[in-house]
Amino acid sequence: MPTMTYAEAAKQALAEEMRKDSTIWALGEDLGRGGVFGQYRGMVEEFGPERIVDTAISEAAILGAAVGAAMTGTRPLVEMRFADFALCAIDELVNQAAKARYMFGGQTRVPLVVREPIGMWRSSAAQHSQSLESWYCHIPGLVVVCPSTPNDNFGLMKSSLGCDDPVVFMEHKNLWSIESEVDERNSIPLGEARTAREGKDLTMVTWSSTFHEAMYAADALSQEGIDVEVIDLRTLWPWDKTTVLNSVEKTGRLLVAHEAVQVGGFGAEIVATVADRAFSSLRAPIKRIGAPRVPIPYAPPLEDLLRVTSEGITVVARELIRSGI
Amino acid sequence: MKQVLDIDRLLEHHLLMCRVRAFEEAALQANTENLVLGAIHPSIGQEAVASGICFNLQKEDLLTSTHRGHGHTLAKGADPRVMMRELLGREGGSSHGKGGSMHIADFSVGMLGANGVVGANIHISAGAAHAIKLLKEQRIVCSIFGDGAINRGPFLEGLNWAVVFHLPVLFVCEDNGFASTTRTSAVTGGDGPAARAEALGVPSTTVDGNDLIEVDEAARSVMPSIRQGKGPHMIVARTYRLVGHTASDPDLYRPREEVEKAWKKDPIMRLRKVLQQTDIDLAILEQHELSAIKEMDGVFAEAKAAPWPPLTRAFEDVQDIGDPRQEAF
Repeated sequence: MPTMTYAEAAKQALAEEMRKDSTIWALGEDLGRGGVFGQYRGMVEEFGPERIVDTAISEAAILGAAVGAAMTGTRPLVEMRFADFALCAIDELVNQAAKARYMFGGQTRVPLVVREPIGMWRSSAAQHSQSLESWYCHIPGLVVVCPSTPNDNFGLMKSSLGCDDPVVFMEHKNLWSIESEVDERNSIPLGEARTAREGKDLTMVTWSSTFHEAMYAADALSQEGIDVEVIDLRTLWPWDKTTVLNSVEKTGRLLVAHEAVQVGGFGAEIVATVADRAFSSLRAPIKRIGAPRVPIPYAPPLEDLLRVTSEGITVVARELIRSGI
Repeated sequence: MKQVLDIDRLLEHHLLMCRVRAFEEAALQANTENLVLGAIHPSIGQEAVASGICFNLQKEDLLTSTHRGHGHTLAKGADPRVMMRELLGREGGSSHGKGGSMHIADFSVGMLGANGVVGANIHISAGAAHAIKLLKEQRIVCSIFGDGAINRGPFLEGLNWAVVFHLPVLFVCEDNGFASTTRTSAVTGGDGPAARAEALGVPSTTVDGNDLIEVDEAARSVMPSIRQGKGPHMIVARTYRLVGHTASDPDLYRPREEVEKAWKKDPIMRLRKVLQQTDIDLAILEQHELSAIKEMDGVFAEAKAAPWPPLTRAFEDVQDIGDPRQEAF
């Protein structure tokens, strides 16, 4: 299996699908020069400027045009550059892409993938750092994907390009350069979590960049004799309830960790579902950890204060183990 | 120079305009009878735009429209029975009763939907045209929006997109002078839609939107260059909405005299006057009107008798992965 970066993995997946299906095309700012994070490097040379389309800084038109193009026999992949900028195209995503199939009674489909890079990226401040995945989980019609590894970015990009409904594909900017082996024959179905580490004492549910923090925390906790199961959700809508509920039934304890603001974050949905459906299995109060409800600041010490880290997760996990029966 | 009239063509327009009018009169009646529960936005007085533009589109051409889209949809060839059922929220409606008037659509005739968000259809149209270009198809896209839309971002972004990518789009600004219930002129800087389009490099033609012959001629004359891939064009059709913004709008924001005066420019009546000067059998005109009313009365009666959609419809066509029929929560 080849080793590649997170950015390269998604690019390979896109290129493979574009070779197979001539109706797939990508549009966004600076794609012809490889994309702002290099995720499209070399693609215009292979596919030409008709299919790797450089656009104006015009988010509403990029997404709006993609909706029209998706309803007219093509499968666009939209690059929004930063999830924060995608807010300039929220009508196009929420009122148009997500609604067209339903409000037109199934007369049309909107097969598009919107790449919206999320997350803190050193000193990018309030308008280039947000993790807004929970917003999109709230919108009927959308699929929401948050890959954490190169292998998942490859497999989930492939599945997303094959999906006939709009997919919000949220890569984490801090992960672009991480490397791992990628199974190129592997397709990863949307909506399927991965149990990255098995354990019997505590279930940690996480996704995106925070998954790596959770894995470090699980390592640290194992030194103390606490055996943690780590579930990487990978797809947030639909989320893999079966895997999470089965795990909690086994461990009796749940901690959800994510980088996004904790208030109204997707962790709340997971916690509520587990409390509802697996209450009798619980041996301790459920915990969640996310960012305080504060915009992301610029100065590194302030930024770091808001970060969900492996140390922070470890502290909460210890409390959780102690608080139970 | 006296214009040579294509009488048969004008008669087709006349019948179409009568049908649009009769459909909307029936829809208003349905509203009065509390059978249309959501908002409907009638286009009474604007029929020459619907007919004059859409008559020039081929069946395979695409159309997007606004919340005031009954006329455009009908003129594109949609089945009024299916449309009326949709307005009444009944089974057999174009969207199985899930969209209603503001989301009227008929993809089988290339009508990609009316939009409840002002201006949102503009860049969607540009994107549809972008797909047409990528797929090397010959058809064009027509995007009809109101004058209120020119103050929204999609007007700038969508027109710019169509210009930059040389896309086959006919933009039509159906300028009835009102953005919802506010005079557009009071809230709009500069010289209006044509000037804004031209500043973006979109050539425009301004016509009297109540003069069917003018609208038809403008649409017919700009079509070839759009079809030949020479880029978008915009028609600004100046018209007037003769009734309220919605069926329940008491229309108190404009003087009665203004509306009464506008009725004297009713586009159907104006076309009829032109036809009355020709040597056609005048009975045809009355026959058109009566047949349109009869057709739409039948359409209304049939829709009234149609059942509600089965409750299972509520959960259909949301999405495949994450389908609420498997997991609504």
